[in-house]
Amino acid sequence: MPAHGDHKGRPYGLFRNDGWGVSVMQRIEVSLKSHLPDARGLGLVKDIQDLGITTVTGAQVEDIYWLDADLAPDKLELIGRQLLADPVTQNYRCFTGAGGEKSAGGRQSHTIEVAYNAGVADPVEQTVMKAVRDLGIKGVKAVRTTQRYLLRGRLTSKQLETISSRLLVNPIIQHTLEPGQFTFPKNPRYRFKLDYVNLLGRNAAGLAKIKKQFPFNDDEFQVILDYYREEGHNPTDAELETLAQTWSEHCVHKTFKGKITFGTATIDNLLKSTIIKATRQLDKPWCVSVFEDNAGVIDFDGKWALCFKVETHNHPSAVEPYGGAATGIGGVVRDPLGTGLGAKPIANTDVFCFGPPDLPYEKLPKGVLHPRRIFKGVRAGVADYGNRLGIPTLNGAICFDERYTANPLVYCGTVGLMPKDLGRPGRQKPGDLVVVAGGRTGRDGIHGVTFASEKLTGESSAVSYSSVQIGNAIVEKKLIDVILQARDRGLFSRITDVGGGGLSSAVGEMGAETGVRVDLDKVPLKYSGLTYSEIWISESQERMVMAVPPEHIDELLSLFAGEDVEASVIGEFTDDKRLRLFYKGNPVGDLKMEFLHDGRPQLTRKVSWSPPQFPEPDFASPADLAPALLAILGSWNVCSKEWVIRQYDHEVQGGSVLKSLVGKNNDGPGDAAIIRPVLDSEMGAIISNGINPKYGELDPYWMAASAIDEALRQIVAVGGNLDRVALLDNFCWGNTDKPEILGALVWAAQACHDMAIDYGTPFISGKDSLYNEFEYEGKAISIPHTLLISAIGVMKDTKLAVSMDFKRAGDLVYIVGTTRNELGGSAYFGTMGFIGNKVPRVEPKSARELMNKLSQATEKRLVKACHDCSEGGIGVALSEMAFAGGLGATIDLKSIPLGERVDRDDFILFSESNSRFLVEVAPENKDEFEKVMKSAGFAAIGRVTGSDFVEVFGLKGQKVISASLADLKEAWQRPLRW
Amino acid sequence: MSKVRTLILRAPGANCDGEAAFAFEQAGAEASLVHVNRLIRHEKRLADYQIMVIPGGFTYGDDIAAGKVLANELRLKLGEDIARFVEAGKLILGICNGFQVFVRAGFLPELSLSGSQLLTLTGNDSGKFECRWVYLRANEKSPCIFTKGIERMYLPVAHGEGKLVPLDGALSEANTALYYTDAKGDINAGYPHNPNGSVCNVAGVCDSSGRIFGLMPHPERHIRSTQHPRWTALSAKDPGDGFKIFQNAVDWAKSL
Repeated sequence: MPAHGDHKGRPYGLFRNDGWGVSVMQRIEVSLKSHLPDARGLGLVKDIQDLGITTVTGAQVEDIYWLDADLAPDKLELIGRQLLADPVTQNYRCFTGAGGEKSAGGRQSHTIEVAYNAGVADPVEQTVMKAVRDLGIKGVKAVRTTQRYLLRGRLTSKQLETISSRLLVNPIIQHTLEPGQFTFPKNPRYRFKLDYVNLLGRNAAGLAKIKKQFPFNDDEFQVILDYYREEGHNPTDAELETLAQTWSEHCVHKTFKGKITFGTATIDNLLKSTIIKATRQLDKPWCVSVFEDNAGVIDFDGKWALCFKVETHNHPSAVEPYGGAATGIGGVVRDPLGTGLGAKPIANTDVFCFGPPDLPYEKLPKGVLHPRRIFKGVRAGVADYGNRLGIPTLNGAICFDERYTANPLVYCGTVGLMPKDLGRPGRQKPGDLVVVAGGRTGRDGIHGVTFASEKLTGESSAVSYSSVQIGNAIVEKKLIDVILQARDRGLFSRITDVGGGGLSSAVGEMGAETGVRVDLDKVPLKYSGLTYSEIWISESQERMVMAVPPEHIDELLSLFAGEDVEASVIGEFTDDKRLRLFYKGNPVGDLKMEFLHDGRPQLTRKVSWSPPQFPEPDFASPADLAPALLAILGSWNVCSKEWVIRQYDHEVQGGSVLKSLVGKNNDGPGDAAIIRPVLDSEMGAIISNGINPKYGELDPYWMAASAIDEALRQIVAVGGNLDRVALLDNFCWGNTDKPEILGALVWAAQACHDMAIDYGTPFISGKDSLYNEFEYEGKAISIPHTLLISAIGVMKDTKLAVSMDFKRAGDLVYIVGTTRNELGGSAYFGTMGFIGNKVPRVEPKSARELMNKLSQATEKRLVKACHDCSEGGIGVALSEMAFAGGLGATIDLKSIPLGERVDRDDFILFSESNSRFLVEVAPENKDEFEKVMKSAGFAAIGRVTGSDFVEVFGLKGQKVISASLADLKEAWQRPLRW
Repeated sequence: MSKVRTLILRAPGANCDGEAAFAFEQAGAEASLVHVNRLIRHEKRLADYQIMVIPGGFTYGDDIAAGKVLANELRLKLGEDIARFVEAGKLILGICNGFQVFVRAGFLPELSLSGSQLLTLTGNDSGKFECRWVYLRANEKSPCIFTKGIERMYLPVAHGEGKLVPLDGALSEANTALYYTDAKGDINAGYPHNPNGSVCNVAGVCDSSGRIFGLMPHPERHIRSTQHPRWTALSAKDPGDGFKIFQNAVDWAKSL
């Protein structure tokens, strides 16, 4: 097969730094002045110690800028002095030609120099080139950077290798080099050659071979064969690529749209018959645009609309956590921007699932990065990209389970704000121009989509070389800024983002109703050597596609040029209902839109599901429950995530009303977050999420119901109500070719339907990522069924917001909601080494009534603090409210309303029954609060005290917990104090 | 009389322009978001404004060093205009990334176009970007117009490179406009009250004219009571602590 045939990296081998292609070279090395503390170096020493290597006494990091140039010495000096080195803190040295670097030498000193692989865009190259031009210096053809790590202390070469491979180098994007031995790789030329794929002339064996090279199933391949037999010619490689991308699971969600037989029942299109069905049935007037665009859109205040989308970026984050997560954020931010006629991104939310950070290295599958490294890399990628875009990261969650080790999940969500009348998808006319804007196109993410739809293996790190993308947040920020201006001037008739499948998906979908022609040679490239097919399917970041009426094109292009954003006309929408591709005037692809978008045969699947049975816990209730409480607070899933949250900018854009860290010392775990999207309005948007994979193990239906209940609980807890709340579903599942696993998906989707109806909260958008399975030593490890429910609610008056921290000694503590023996999959059983069976259920009708009453109570300002009960139940919620407020509390388990007989203190305290809240009420408001809550299951169970202790009294009146706030908080904060 | 005209400078990666404009509008000014390219291409004139603001963000990605690339751009391409602007008695405010731009351009502690840099804002001692609220005390000996009448403030910081380090003797006490303290006002409370390890706990610097002011904390993020992290537990008071900075600037500019 031609260039695209082997997408396992070989054709791109040219782009690795394999030493050939030498050119004149200069470099400037920047290092910290020796008397100053090197924060990066100190951090590295700490990470090295975490690896168990204790002999490193110090580390320094040097930045080296390589210039493909031949500048006079004074010019080079100027760049060092006035641009690259900080005169107060740094020194610089200039070199011309390679080498010249004296290795410090000696057994006590070691040097590791790390460079990006060729073909990986150097994140700072463009900025340095611009800044050098600003200095009035010309003749710099290219810039690359390397990092040099100087380690002091005794190290064996094996230890060096460990440090290098576990901390400094990710072979997917980086390699080490001899100090001073960098060379600028040359890019190959591309000579146009039209490639046909010979389908018609092949026998069965030949066809089977071709099929292997594309991710088509048998039915799909047959349909394609028939299409070309009818057309009477062979497909070009670009045509088959287009079909492969457009028909991929990632782009078209064939499983969710498939025909599923469940025993005797048949479901035709799971999505339409569950989640979308509920939305249609509820038919809320405030739903502006649902399931038809890059994000769901709801009315905010009649003038403005909010849109919300959550995406996953799992597989790329598994092989290159930083880049994978950064491009995850970059990608989801472009969804609101590409919704309707463009929304301004105003908030991000992130949810991660990782393996345990303390996983022993022996248990780490070959070719898999350690959970701690994935965690740190993902966190850094999300923060760096999100912070640079100036979008507040409002809230999120992190779940830990060993089965996420090789298959981490990275959910990124973005809320957008747009004028309501621009909320519906645009429509282009034939004759409108196709404009691609933003970043240039390279080999980034080639076949990322098909990669995302495939299973991971130990070799993924090696084979997925071309699927990893490196983001550049500022290119995207510039793009957002100009697109919003162009929107307000009405310069484009339609817009969409370039994501999975690259231009092939974006332009192909946009042109579905009209037809479109594209000149692929007009697409601006990062470097030469891309084939027309690679240009067409590349998933390079920071690109948007617009349909621009010819009369506006000049104004649009000059607007973009004015802010240094590249925009190019690459084609035109037609009326022939065909997708036609050209390269330098040569036709390279021609497909009927009808076939491309409606020709795919529907997937049919058989499913089954049977509930598992786990051993019932057989231990007796401990007399002292404090140790169990401390253990739960200190578990990875429950413990404080402040280390992560602090490194996100959650204040930018100035709309913050309720933060994710609240309480006396700004470090308590808030429930939902509230912002003011429109600064001069008192109205707010509430963002929350619900997720608990542990329940999915027992029952996917109740897992989904619980996740929805949790997301809604958080909205009610902060003072919102259910009047205008919209939901998003994000399914991350294992291999749905397996009936049991797909069966679980069907049950979860059914729960989404049922809960949405009963709570009156429609789904407006969603996403699924399937085949999250890892093959290890012949065994398939599937992730737990994981459903993230994200909720967005509209709040009339943000002054009614309530935080979860106790406010005043002497106030009453109420439990709202009914407690049952529901500890299956609970945090308590987890810490005791059990899973159990009795998964928490939801009674949505009564729960909705109860939540409405609680909302009325907060609206009457009767609620001083409110926290929902989730993992760890009442025990954890009470502790968190107490140490967040710096006020002790005492409660009595006897007073807690039970939905069934529960005769164990530990079960009552740690049950995870849904639809429950702990509420602080001032004594003077007791009667009115109880009047409002009347006939909902609730009871006063204790008081906020002035003491420094949380005290719990058991069913027999005995003290089962007496723990100091300091101990509780320390247990909760210790694990992630990194 | 016509409203005070404020120019909020937009640049690639600047991202606190909207809330900075809102703060000035709340203080009664007219705020315009102007891209740096438009000033360089003379499509807009700095002279038409009385206040210039460089808002927070990550200009040019903070590649090389935070604010460095915009600093050179302003000094080399707009230096003369900015010098005239200040000579005319007008005000320049740099918030967070804007402050980083000022020190790297050599506009602080005193305006210079020579490219000589006496201060820097380098990586936080914690080695991390951190978003947290800090207590601040204004230096009453500072001529700073922006902090007139302000004793204490509670504002958020959100930065990775906020540790102020001067060359020996480069920063006089008179140039120090703002200090990090703890809740009680203790200036030597250490981390996290001083969130970045700034030498002498300096959070903001002002030139001797009192008209060029740069600070790491974000006053525009606390102009309303509901932005305070504990407003749900306190009797909320409006406006927020940061508002006076914008009010001071606008009041001064009215007299121009």
